[in-house]
Amino acid sequence: MIDASGSVTLSTQNLCRNFGHHAVVYDVNLQLRRGEVLGLLGPNGAGKSTTMRMLSGNLAPTSGSIEICGIDLLDKPLEAKAHLGFLPEVPPLYFDMTVDEYLLLVARLHRVDKQAMQTMLKDVKQRCGLGHQSKHLIGALSKGFQQRVGIAQAIIHNPDVIILDEPTVGLDPNQILEIRRLIIELGVASSVILSTHILPEVENVCDRVQIMHKGTVVFDQTMIELRQQDSNLGDIFTQLTQS
Amino acid sequence: MVVTIIRKELSMLFISPLAWIMLALIQLVFAGFFLVRLDAFLEIQSQLLQVINSPGITEVIISPVFALAAIVLLMLTPILSMRLLAEERRNRTLTLLISSPVSITDIVLGKFLGLMIFLAVVVMLIVTLSISLRIGGVLDLGLLLSNTLGLFLVTACFSALGLYVSSLTAQPAIAAIGSLGVLLGLWVIDLVASETEGWIHYISLLKHFRYFNQGLIDTLSIAYCVLFIVTFLVLTIRRLNGERLHG
Repeated sequence: MIDASGSVTLSTQNLCRNFGHHAVVYDVNLQLRRGEVLGLLGPNGAGKSTTMRMLSGNLAPTSGSIEICGIDLLDKPLEAKAHLGFLPEVPPLYFDMTVDEYLLLVARLHRVDKQAMQTMLKDVKQRCGLGHQSKHLIGALSKGFQQRVGIAQAIIHNPDVIILDEPTVGLDPNQILEIRRLIIELGVASSVILSTHILPEVENVCDRVQIMHKGTVVFDQTMIELRQQDSNLGDIFTQLTQS
Repeated sequence: MVVTIIRKELSMLFISPLAWIMLALIQLVFAGFFLVRLDAFLEIQSQLLQVINSPGITEVIISPVFALAAIVLLMLTPILSMRLLAEERRNRTLTLLISSPVSITDIVLGKFLGLMIFLAVVVMLIVTLSISLRIGGVLDLGLLLSNTLGLFLVTACFSALGLYVSSLTAQPAIAAIGSLGVLLGLWVIDLVASETEGWIHYISLLKHFRYFNQGLIDTLSIAYCVLFIVTFLVLTIRRLNGERLHG
């Protein structure tokens, strides 16, 4: 596993989370390098969202540790979260705000420099295709545009680690292509974790695949290895998660 | 970071019509009541002149206006405080604040102070109303000051309680009814306390406000209000932290 392509930006050790006596996630070890896009697959209820909520600091793990850019998320949450961008399943949008107001609020929350704020805002709107929606109320936008605002919110401060929980839900085929292109672009300078149900998305976008089942990782391989073995991701998924 | 949260809370408050309607209605009610008291004062003014050490305009007009304001704010603060955390939770926007590099203490303090700035505007409107009496008379500024301080402190207590109740639920309406219920309960204690002079009257917020209303700045009352505020803010912080720990 010695790969000199980039430094480790996110790592977890034996991550576990119980709800009551029920272990939802156990023994999850992740390692993500700069410039890597990791696809997290799994059937409903496999623990993907719980894992992502833990990585973003919204849920404390029962045991195990999380490090973001070498900073322990549990010991120094504020420093660690500064390197993080998170898009939850339901985008956290204030419907009464305009797109500009909202994105500026997010930038301020992430302590973006005042001088850099306007250029960053312009840049992120252009990347997410929101150029013409600046003055629109978020509540009045269509689902697809709201999802784009959600993604813009996660990347406005140029974080090192970007966590996207089902980013292409509710988008039309053209938008899906645009977002995939955006994710590939983001994966050059940062690391991206993306959870999805759409297998072709993983094949197109990701450098590495992990499949979660019943709270733990049952499959972990890079796309290059997968292509060399000439195996079909769909077959592997069905095999591993139907038992 | 607290400032960012305060700015956000205030802008969210003022882009909705609720805040403006509320400010207008409050001002209408207070101005109406103020004029009624002024009218009554002018009627009895000639009789008051014959009494030695008679009450002045501050006692006859301003104190009752502040007493009414305390009760009106008791009813209205829950409507303003209900959205603070319950709505964020219902719209799933709390996630944004928690995944940002902002501590939970900053979130809670920012929300509390944002609401307090709005309520301070309400209090200042009443003070301005009172100061307008200087056109035709002399004000007892000490009494006005103690009333202002008292009203500010009890509304801070209402807000802290409202914020805590709002952190318990995802339904703003339930948060409003819940905190209104508790505040009404604290008021009813006041009615009981006025009959039986026991320890129980120390708990009532409005009992403490009554001292301020009479012009008595009591350290015990100030300490009680400060303790009340701190307790509920700490409980809110603990509640939000607990959510992260226990799911």
